[in-house]
Amino acid sequence: MTNLTTREKVERSMKRRRASESRFRAYGVASVVFGLLCLVILFTDILRNGVSAFEQTVMDVSIELDGDYLGIDSQADDSAIKLANFDGLVKRHFDREVQPERRDRRQLFSLISAGASWQLQKMVLEDPSLVGQTVNVALLMDDDVDQWFKHYRGHSAHPVLNETQLGWLNQWADEGRLHTNFNTLFFTNGDSSEPELAGIRGAITGTFLTLMVTFLLSFPIGIAAAIYLEEFAPRNKITEFVEININNLAAVPSITFGLLGLAIFINLFGVARSTPLVGGLVLTLMTLPTIIISSRAAIKAVPPSIREAAYGLGASKMQVVFHHVLPLALPGMLTGTIIGMAQALGETAPLLMIGMIAFVVDVPGFITDPSTVLPVQIYLWSNGSEAAFTERTSGAIIVLLCFLITMNAAAVWLRRKLERRW
Amino acid sequence: MSIIENHTTNGQAFSEAPKLQARNVDVFYGDKQAIYDVSFDIGANEVIALIGPSGCGKSTFLRCLNRMNDTIDICRIEGDILLDEENIYDPKVDVVPLRARVGMVFQKPNPFPKSIYDNIAYGPRIHGLAQSRVELDEIVERSLQRAGLWNEVKDRLHSPGTGLSGGQQQRLCIARTIAVDPEVILMDEPCSALDPIATAKIEELIDELRENYTIAIVTHSMQQAARVSQRTAYFHMGQLIEVNPTDQVFTTPEHSLTEAYITGRFG
Amino acid sequence: MNYSSLLIAIVILFGGAYLLGRNRARALASAGGSLHSLPTHYGALMALWTGLPAVLLLLLWSILQGPVVDALLVKQLPAAIQQGTDIEIQLALSKVHNLAQGAGLAADASLQPAVEHLLALEQRNRVLHMGGALVIALLGLGLSWRRLRPSLRARTEVERIVSVLLFTSSGIAVLTTFGILASVLYEAWAFFQKVNVFEFLFGTTWSPQVALREDQSGSSGSFGAVPLFTGTLLISLIAMSIAVPVGLMSAIYLSEYATPTVRKYAKPALEVLAGIPTVVYGFFAVLTVAPMVRDIGVSMGLDVSSESALAAGLVMGIMIIPFVSSLSDDVINAVPQSLRDGSYGLGATRSETVRQVIIPAALPGIVGAVMLAVSRAIGETMIVAMAAGLAANLTANPLDSVTTVTVQIVTLLVGDQEFDSPKTLAAFALGLVLFLVTLTLNFIALKVVQKYREQYD
Repeated sequence: MTNLTTREKVERSMKRRRASESRFRAYGVASVVFGLLCLVILFTDILRNGVSAFEQTVMDVSIELDGDYLGIDSQADDSAIKLANFDGLVKRHFDREVQPERRDRRQLFSLISAGASWQLQKMVLEDPSLVGQTVNVALLMDDDVDQWFKHYRGHSAHPVLNETQLGWLNQWADEGRLHTNFNTLFFTNGDSSEPELAGIRGAITGTFLTLMVTFLLSFPIGIAAAIYLEEFAPRNKITEFVEININNLAAVPSITFGLLGLAIFINLFGVARSTPLVGGLVLTLMTLPTIIISSRAAIKAVPPSIREAAYGLGASKMQVVFHHVLPLALPGMLTGTIIGMAQALGETAPLLMIGMIAFVVDVPGFITDPSTVLPVQIYLWSNGSEAAFTERTSGAIIVLLCFLITMNAAAVWLRRKLERRW
Repeated sequence: MSIIENHTTNGQAFSEAPKLQARNVDVFYGDKQAIYDVSFDIGANEVIALIGPSGCGKSTFLRCLNRMNDTIDICRIEGDILLDEENIYDPKVDVVPLRARVGMVFQKPNPFPKSIYDNIAYGPRIHGLAQSRVELDEIVERSLQRAGLWNEVKDRLHSPGTGLSGGQQQRLCIARTIAVDPEVILMDEPCSALDPIATAKIEELIDELRENYTIAIVTHSMQQAARVSQRTAYFHMGQLIEVNPTDQVFTTPEHSLTEAYITGRFG
Repeated sequence: MNYSSLLIAIVILFGGAYLLGRNRARALASAGGSLHSLPTHYGALMALWTGLPAVLLLLLWSILQGPVVDALLVKQLPAAIQQGTDIEIQLALSKVHNLAQGAGLAADASLQPAVEHLLALEQRNRVLHMGGALVIALLGLGLSWRRLRPSLRARTEVERIVSVLLFTSSGIAVLTTFGILASVLYEAWAFFQKVNVFEFLFGTTWSPQVALREDQSGSSGSFGAVPLFTGTLLISLIAMSIAVPVGLMSAIYLSEYATPTVRKYAKPALEVLAGIPTVVYGFFAVLTVAPMVRDIGVSMGLDVSSESALAAGLVMGIMIIPFVSSLSDDVINAVPQSLRDGSYGLGATRSETVRQVIIPAALPGIVGAVMLAVSRAIGETMIVAMAAGLAANLTANPLDSVTTVTVQIVTLLVGDQEFDSPKTLAAFALGLVLFLVTLTLNFIALKVVQKYREQYD
């Protein structure tokens, strides 16, 4: 054995080593592929479940807006119209059209959404002269019908709908009266306990208000802190302590910021629960470390020659920072802020702590109105038992991801622009 | 200064007992050509010095000799390099055994963050050169002795290699190379990061190693080239200008560019 | 007068003071005085003097008014309540507040004096508070106007004020840490008055819901948090056993093997995983992964809970992959090229170089990265809140349902709460444990990574 030359020994080891090399490489490829596959599965899963949320099943109906039944005429004022019994009108219409057996009436009415009567009411409010006429309208159907029409048509049985109901539905569908429309309500309504009426407008407005508070607070404070630490802070223990603090805070679980919000902002300072104001405050504290860290990097990237040039002209430290360093570092700071905002946009846990999980139907108008935000709305809907809520959850996720993609694309674009500068 | 058109290398580029033969070697980094049509031999058991102004391609060429340039994505090599008549750029050739035969010592000492012992044992271990612990111990001791480091480190073989002085680290790296028992050792400015005393030790070592190994050394120090090498190759702008016995290059250079360089007109 | 008009008034005063100061300085300059600073500095100085004290007063007032009002109110409460426990006083106070806001509670005659007092206080408070802010703003304006003369070192003063503001901003991070610590410590302290610390840390039964039924024998509830700790560890362990190998191998492949083109597209694509909100992962876990895990388990004849730790851990692992891979990527790239050259120069293969040179060299950094990842897994809330269970099972079986610290915090605090019940306070005690553990992990990890970076700088 020992008589082998070095070259022979090396050659002899090669077979084993080549095998181990390709094994290792395969692990690497497998890992990257696994990660990418997860991404693809996640996206297709959400898209597959969510795209249908943007469509809503409606039914073409010719309905007589019977003034006698409603107790109004074409001159009726808004308050009279609001009192009129459109719900009864819809029921009477279907009662007459389908002529169900008495015991089946409830099942018939349950196919039509509670929103159908609001649809008619809205039409009349907009144009009272319609009273007494027969109008063609695409009436909103119940979420069970919606799910059946979109996903289960052709199946003989259905977990919720019974045979009688399926009989009517199949007939309507065959007549071409059932069809899907773009789901406008999803974007114009607040939350609702009826899936077909539940929308994300309240959540989006709440998100917008919350992020506005977050931005208005965290951007100036973050930049000021970054400027201080990078340009003014003496190199001493206190500064080091502040730095360690910031780095640690960036990695502290977000839920603890919620605890702080609950104990200090709400219970101690008496800020109102469930409002974008308190949500914004909590998210500010949470995003500050991100903004400070990236803003410091942006300031560091400004070449020292620019500072020296300004000092050479007799500028004070403050003037150098605010006239020269800050404008050059601003795109970088903005990029960091957008990334911080994107983080805040997707954050859920701390907001649960401060009551932004409340069921809010109305669209909030100001930062002190009770509201919820998009990720929390997703969480709320994901607990809903109806299949239609699952669909809407995915739909809301698609909207959330679109916002996130836009924000991150903006950050990437800004960074590219910044890179071109030097 | 620009590329000389239709240049042929001056002097005695070829050897009677060649270990390594370069034939029409061109090297490109992306679209940029770094080496132009270089052909010459490195003889067995000789020390050849590659000299020339910075950026002349001498280090790039040296790295072609054990295919270290393979690790650079944009680097492309044309032409042939033969080791014992065998083309190392043949697609069938595996770089791993090739590099075991053609070892390399780098400009900056780069001991692994391991103990002195493990640094030396790394090569023998991966190549399966030792059958037993005893054999491995022998290899480590022999390598350290040949690198002239044994007496300095024998009591602290298991302390980290990064704790040694610069000169000791570089000798450790040489010992690490020797431990694989290569046929050729490539040295890329091995003394540029060292002080004069450490440099002298390494030069002495190179001279001793010549008995068993073929050595190609890139250096920016003409005195060093004169002290350690038998032949000297002068590179200029990616071209090989002249190869001649070292005495001759430093006394009566054939080419005017060589003369300009060794008399210090540029560098 | 309400808050917004007050704020608008202060902003107008702020801007006005700036213009006033600047123009006055210009006038002084053209009248022949030689100014120490630029006119804009005088403007800025006046604006700061006008705006800052007023805003500070408003802030202080809104922080302090709650406790002060309550302290004044207590004196108006019936004597019987005043001698009662803190909780009774708090209850009475909140009733008074609700009555004052006109909430539809049954009026309580004994509280009536306090309610009226509160209404009067609020009226006075509003006038004092807003009037005070305006007066201070005007005072600042007047004083700075009187101080304004060419020799005033306006720039120096402005710069000093601005640097104090900058310093304060950077102090907010420290305040936040103390705020978190103070809030969890304070409430946790209250909790430990009711529940023994050792019972909390070492008890093995967790059923806080019992505390609601005060008439029953077990009314104190059981707050043994060990099942929560083990549940958290189990899920984190599952997550790390996915995230660490996959993340690390991805980082190695992308930095040592992949061609630049592959790296250019695969790296950002993997990082997209890090940008997905956790609530989305949670939904993915509930909707897809948990049923899949259960189906696979059932087909193998295993008994799998629909809220299995495995499903939550798997999805959490996927979430952490990009975190581990981008941290390891930084760390691996920090290993000097010369070490790779040294290894390749000896004839090592790529995998030998990675395993025997790069990983040992990068080990401290990788350990730091993994610690940060563990801290993230422990603190992750939404995935477990949606996909893990509520039942505090003490088990190591990944197919069982377990609960975690964060899930319990959410469950205990979401919805209506009485602030003094042990149930609510328990959430803060859990928060304290969570904060201390993650803070320690982060602190050590960041130190280790920093030391590692310095080594190769």
